[in-house]
Amino acid sequence: MTRKLFQWFDERLGAASFARKTLRKVFPDHWSFLIGEIALYSFIILVITGTFLTFYYVPSATTVVYHGPYRPLDGQQMSEAFASVMRISFQVKLGLLFRQIHHWAALVMVGAVALHAARVFFTGAFRKPRDLNWVLGVVLLTLTIGIGVFGYSLPDDLLSGTGLRVIYSIVLSIPVVGTWLAFLVFGGAYPPPDLLERLFVLHVMILPGAIAAVLGLHLAMVWRQKHSNYPGKGLNDGLIRGERAWPRYAFKATGLFVAVFAVLALLAGVFQINPVWVYGPYSGYIASSGAQPDWYAGWLEGLVRLFPAWEFRGFGYEIAEPFFPGILLPGVFFTIMGLWPWIERRFTKDQRIHNVLQYPREVPLRTAIGVGAIAVVVMLSIAGGSDVLASYLGLNIEAATKVMRALVIVVPLLAFAVAYLIARELKQSGVHPVRRSSMLTVRRAPSGGFVYEEVERGGFKSVEERLEEAHEAAGGAAGGAAGGGTDLEEQHA
Amino acid sequence: MSDEQHEGPSGDGGPAGPTSVEGPVGEPSLPPEVERRAARWIGFALAVSMLAAIGLFVSYVLGNQVQVQGVLLALALGGIAMALIMWAKKLFVPEVVTEERGDHPAGERELEAVAAAAAPGGEAIARRPFLARMLGGAAGLLGLSVLLPVVRSLGPSPGRSLFTTDWSRGALLVDEFSRPLKASDLEIGSVATVFPQGFVGSESSMAIVLRVPQGLLNLPDGRDADAPDGVVCYSKLCTHAGCPVGLYEKLYYQLQCPCHFSAFDVLNGAEPVFGPAPRPLPQLPIEIDDAGYLRAKGGFTATPGPGFWNRGSGP
Repeated sequence: MTRKLFQWFDERLGAASFARKTLRKVFPDHWSFLIGEIALYSFIILVITGTFLTFYYVPSATTVVYHGPYRPLDGQQMSEAFASVMRISFQVKLGLLFRQIHHWAALVMVGAVALHAARVFFTGAFRKPRDLNWVLGVVLLTLTIGIGVFGYSLPDDLLSGTGLRVIYSIVLSIPVVGTWLAFLVFGGAYPPPDLLERLFVLHVMILPGAIAAVLGLHLAMVWRQKHSNYPGKGLNDGLIRGERAWPRYAFKATGLFVAVFAVLALLAGVFQINPVWVYGPYSGYIASSGAQPDWYAGWLEGLVRLFPAWEFRGFGYEIAEPFFPGILLPGVFFTIMGLWPWIERRFTKDQRIHNVLQYPREVPLRTAIGVGAIAVVVMLSIAGGSDVLASYLGLNIEAATKVMRALVIVVPLLAFAVAYLIARELKQSGVHPVRRSSMLTVRRAPSGGFVYEEVERGGFKSVEERLEEAHEAAGGAAGGAAGGGTDLEEQHA
Repeated sequence: MSDEQHEGPSGDGGPAGPTSVEGPVGEPSLPPEVERRAARWIGFALAVSMLAAIGLFVSYVLGNQVQVQGVLLALALGGIAMALIMWAKKLFVPEVVTEERGDHPAGERELEAVAAAAAPGGEAIARRPFLARMLGGAAGLLGLSVLLPVVRSLGPSPGRSLFTTDWSRGALLVDEFSRPLKASDLEIGSVATVFPQGFVGSESSMAIVLRVPQGLLNLPDGRDADAPDGVVCYSKLCTHAGCPVGLYEKLYYQLQCPCHFSAFDVLNGAEPVFGPAPRPLPQLPIEIDDAGYLRAKGGFTATPGPGFWNRGSGP
């Protein structure tokens, strides 16, 4: 039966050898490799639920009067867009569930993409030959944040409308071309007449198309280059270790996809998200405080809040304030991130091809830089909720802002220093950060004094020593190093 | 590659610590009772999934209850997920393979072969450098001539639209329900959003009118006369990012923007006193007509709203 099927395709496509290679393809296994998969699966779920939503959503700012099952808004004027979201939420069967899955999946996807990037960064997986793919990954991160922000704006509720106004002002603030760019992208002075139609096209066609294209390339490169491995006994940059695609890996991967979908369905069913009927329709002259963007936009919001009131004027022109926190700083951040493989290479002069990953503790400086960068983003995200923070702590907003301005610089420096010291200590001592760290027992000797005994074989070796061993084992006699696995072998846990 | 390696206990606490074998694997060798137990659990998970799917169908017919639907969908999917993952972990024997990564980078000989393959075409093109350049030029020109109009017609020219508002001399100040506002409607400490009559909702024109004790007002450039009886009117568009400046701190006579918490001193010409806003809110000069209604004496003292490159060429 299967043989017939393969034959049918092979006669037409000559696909037998490709199919054989695919089924026997080796996939290294480690929990941290699943994060990128979760991002991919979230994207697929977003496409499925999003397609469902496009059948009902109306991207129109035309004013209508709402009459529907949600009584508090009955008789109120709102845009057709908002009314269609009300319909999806209260009248379309499974509509609210799919809407909430869509929103939750967006939150999860950006999180998974960011964590995946962190994993790749901290393990040095971005080094040659994967530097090119790292750039595509950074592009995917920015596209994912962008599509999320535009999607958040589509319901035309009070919160999202205010966010759009800020985005418009940020585009407007770009030196030289900003005025024209804002008019070309959004279609006129704020509020542009066909803003929702344009956002809709961006959100359901242009950006998803771009993500699908870049993601396709990203995966094709992974396929071609094969996955990296964590260090392991007998492994080197020319070898790959893992399990075959078929059947165990395929079942596990499909299982993970369905599991991600299940978790999102549970979140969407049990935890309400973005209840636009509570916020009400957008109105240009109302804005409420306490409004929070989705989590992935929080750090940008924090930047815009904390940045000082700098505006530069000269020769009749000006560089407006929102440009610095809204365009320049995020641009610098993503540029450095995208160019990181080459920046690092300038210092390491390392031109070799790497297929074996590094543990974060093996490269203390890089790890510390990554931790510092994450600390910046975390502190900025907290600053993005400075008003909520202030009201919790009983501070006034000015005090909270000033404190956050200081913390955004101080905390990352501290995080950098602490991460560096910890990583260096771990590297030098060879102690595994998570597993049982004491590899000595201390006994009182009958004669007085203490006796130290090593408990685990191979304990107290620095990472370099272990890697050296691993390489020796690989290069030397095969089958020489039998016995208990070292700490570095954890990819099959 | 014949050495076996034993792994630690598997993460899910499964009964059989799976032994990973390098190289080809023979028949599955899990103990039969382990396999039977795993198969029972997988069957149970799939049965739960099927029941949940039927439940989902029933709930669909009965009504539209998001919590029920969410939990049922999660169970239906979760059962399948559990089954697949358990199937993989318990019924397939784990196999660890180490093999060569393969054929790249290709190496010197292949690189030379590629160069040799590319060379004849390259030379043939290089023989006609002028034509090659013309071809590039033609493609570029065509691209530009098609692309430019498309880009250009995406949006209107900004022109003067960012500088103009709907305020004019004598325009009545009305609230969001088009009701004209009297000076006597405003008590000290009160605040109202206003538009020029006939332009309710106009973004660039929206303004906020407040009454403060007249003696406290200290407006720059002798603009006190534009705020009769302590009734002063400012643009409601934040000069930072264009949010409506909607919070009024009566005690401090400060207007605050709810987006990024810029604060403006109402008594002193709405100068920014805190936050990212770089400029004061433009003032709308107003007067009180004979019937007591508030009217504009003209447009704002400056271009309202956030900054942009050529804002300086405005009025």
